[in-house]
Amino acid sequence: MTTMTLAKALNSGLRAAMELDPKVLVMGEDVGKLGGVFRVTDGLAKDFGEQRVLDTPLSESGIIGTAVGLAIRGFRPVCEIQFDGFVFPGYDQIVSQLAKVRFRSQGRVPMPVVVRIPFGGGIGAVEHHSESPESLFAHVAGLKVVACSNPDDAHWMIRQAIASDDPVIFFEPKRRYWEKGEVSETEPAPLFSSRVVRSGADVTVACYGPLVKTCLEAAAAAEAEGTDVEVIDLRSLSPLDLGPVFSSVRRTGRLVVVSEAPSEASVTSEVAARVQEECFHSLEAPVLRVTGFDTPYPPSKCEDDYLPDLDRVLDGVDRALGW
Amino acid sequence: MSRPQSWVPTDPRSVPTREHVLSGLHGTDEGGAELVQLLTPEGQRVSDDRFGSWAADVGREELQGFYRDMVLVRRIDREGNALQRQGQLGIWVPLLGQEAAQVGAGRAATPRDMIFPSYREHGVAWCRGIDPTDLLGIFRGTDHGSWDPIAARFHLYTIVIGNQCLNATGYAMGQKFEGKVGDGPDAEATMCFFGDGATSQGDVHEGFVWAAAYDAPVVFYCQNNQWAISVPLERQTRVPLFQRARGYGFPGVRVDGNDVLACLAVTRWALEECRTGNGPVLIEAFTYRMDAHTTSDDPSRYRLADELELWKLKDPIERVRVNLVREHGVQQDFFDGVQAESDELAARFRAFCLAMPDPGPDRMFSEVYAELSPQLEAQKQAYLEYHASFETEGSLAGPRIGGV
Repeated sequence: MTTMTLAKALNSGLRAAMELDPKVLVMGEDVGKLGGVFRVTDGLAKDFGEQRVLDTPLSESGIIGTAVGLAIRGFRPVCEIQFDGFVFPGYDQIVSQLAKVRFRSQGRVPMPVVVRIPFGGGIGAVEHHSESPESLFAHVAGLKVVACSNPDDAHWMIRQAIASDDPVIFFEPKRRYWEKGEVSETEPAPLFSSRVVRSGADVTVACYGPLVKTCLEAAAAAEAEGTDVEVIDLRSLSPLDLGPVFSSVRRTGRLVVVSEAPSEASVTSEVAARVQEECFHSLEAPVLRVTGFDTPYPPSKCEDDYLPDLDRVLDGVDRALGW
Repeated sequence: MSRPQSWVPTDPRSVPTREHVLSGLHGTDEGGAELVQLLTPEGQRVSDDRFGSWAADVGREELQGFYRDMVLVRRIDREGNALQRQGQLGIWVPLLGQEAAQVGAGRAATPRDMIFPSYREHGVAWCRGIDPTDLLGIFRGTDHGSWDPIAARFHLYTIVIGNQCLNATGYAMGQKFEGKVGDGPDAEATMCFFGDGATSQGDVHEGFVWAAAYDAPVVFYCQNNQWAISVPLERQTRVPLFQRARGYGFPGVRVDGNDVLACLAVTRWALEECRTGNGPVLIEAFTYRMDAHTTSDDPSRYRLADELELWKLKDPIERVRVNLVREHGVQQDFFDGVQAESDELAARFRAFCLAMPDPGPDRMFSEVYAELSPQLEAQKQAYLEYHASFETEGSLAGPRIGGV
């Protein structure tokens, strides 16, 4: 066990993957000399050279499009998109090529590409720097989508994502980059799995990314008031691993799904739909959601209102209990 | 011709007139200083100081080979059109008129080179050894491309306009990272095919920028067939397309795209430039789409029949036939032999098409992922059981479909 920040855990995960396989490349804007605007790739260019850590031209479609070509050639590119709201110029290449080349070629051309995207709000940033676009990727067949919430997962999930022969969109909770935690010596769980991070008997809360910490804090606050909240970190958003959620809901009868993203047609909608399909007779209350609003991400002076926080999570828990 | 030569922006204060723009885009009916040509529309072999040597080895036998390639490719193209008209294909994308642009470029590439096509490159596919029957699945709807792109070094067709320019650039970057650029015998290059319409897409521009930034060994091969469905070239550009390369810092050459020898020579030169580290290169093959954009298109709504008649005089196959007769004394039995071979090929193509089985319902679940998720596996099993229930029970009842 080593204690490090989430950003450092990603850095050491990338380093380990690059040491293990010379075909692993890191590419993106400012990822080389600068080490990325969040310093996630700090030191990699120095140690692996600029043919493995590419300071690319400023074009997201270029980053994804050339990564697809490099993957056809046999490389395993790890792309960094600098901020969530900047991924859309590359969305065409992600949806039209990255997600479909394997299917189109009937497995002859795998696409072992990872696209790292810092996501979510809470850092007081200008427009396009605080978004949660994960549902736009979870909807696309051919992609896998994961979100880490803590340093241990950050380190091991990035390594597992790089080792995967499928394209993985890898969401990193940017406001948690500087938070410390322990990193295990061996991988703690398979990549595409959810995990119960706090056991409880009264209400189930399912969440991912930056809000796992918020939900754990809410659960601690609820405990002081006598409510026993189970918290599940979904970790994999596509495919969803809902087995642990189903068994939890069969015990608690109540589910609150929490996310920063707008609720409409989202990962939280999918969780709600599938829980009502699988746990209909166990539910004591409707599946509730505590999410960002169906608005564009607001100016940062409004973000405390936009983002689900401890109180809004507790409010959701109370509504589920009081149904 | 009294038309002005195309506008070259040497003076930053100068602005092209409309006449300049159109003459630059279209003013090459009879060649001109900017158009590389080795075989005139009348079938006369001509010299070119810069590129002539790149086709100096092409004698009678090689020229007969190119003639055969082009006739067979055109025959397959016409058969594809007919199969669509008869309801056997959902759509066909004709290459009529672009045989020289594709065969010249395709035959210039070595087996080590990698090629990224758009979706009209049946002639390039032919040169890569892809059996024409392998093209049918795309247009009949049984698959999205059935050849092995790694083994053939010919990527699957890319339908989203321009996407492949970045994919090709990335592949070429990989060739360079692996040390395959240089004077060694294992040097490689990549070639990317796209059309005049694609040059307005961001991905093509980004491909140019990235290829230049990484000195990637990629030949950008633009078949300017004058029309992007119904939209003429002047809606895409003010300057001749090959001139754009200058702005990105690499050479651009305009070649007569209906001249198989010139296309061969210029592409051989360009690929060798790339293999030896002087890439990228842009080639504009100046040609004409003599048929519709696809079988769903009706060109009579947007262009005059006169234009087609003009281009028929510059037919890419006829000029080779004339040259073979006049300069090489090739006899009629050769042409009859190629004709017979093309009929046999078309018959095999047709028979294959008619016998193609539909894919089963499990096809859509296959190879979506390297590792199928339990969720998708469950969807697949539920649907296959539902599907099978019609055969076993003959009723509409069955397991639910869709979400699991």
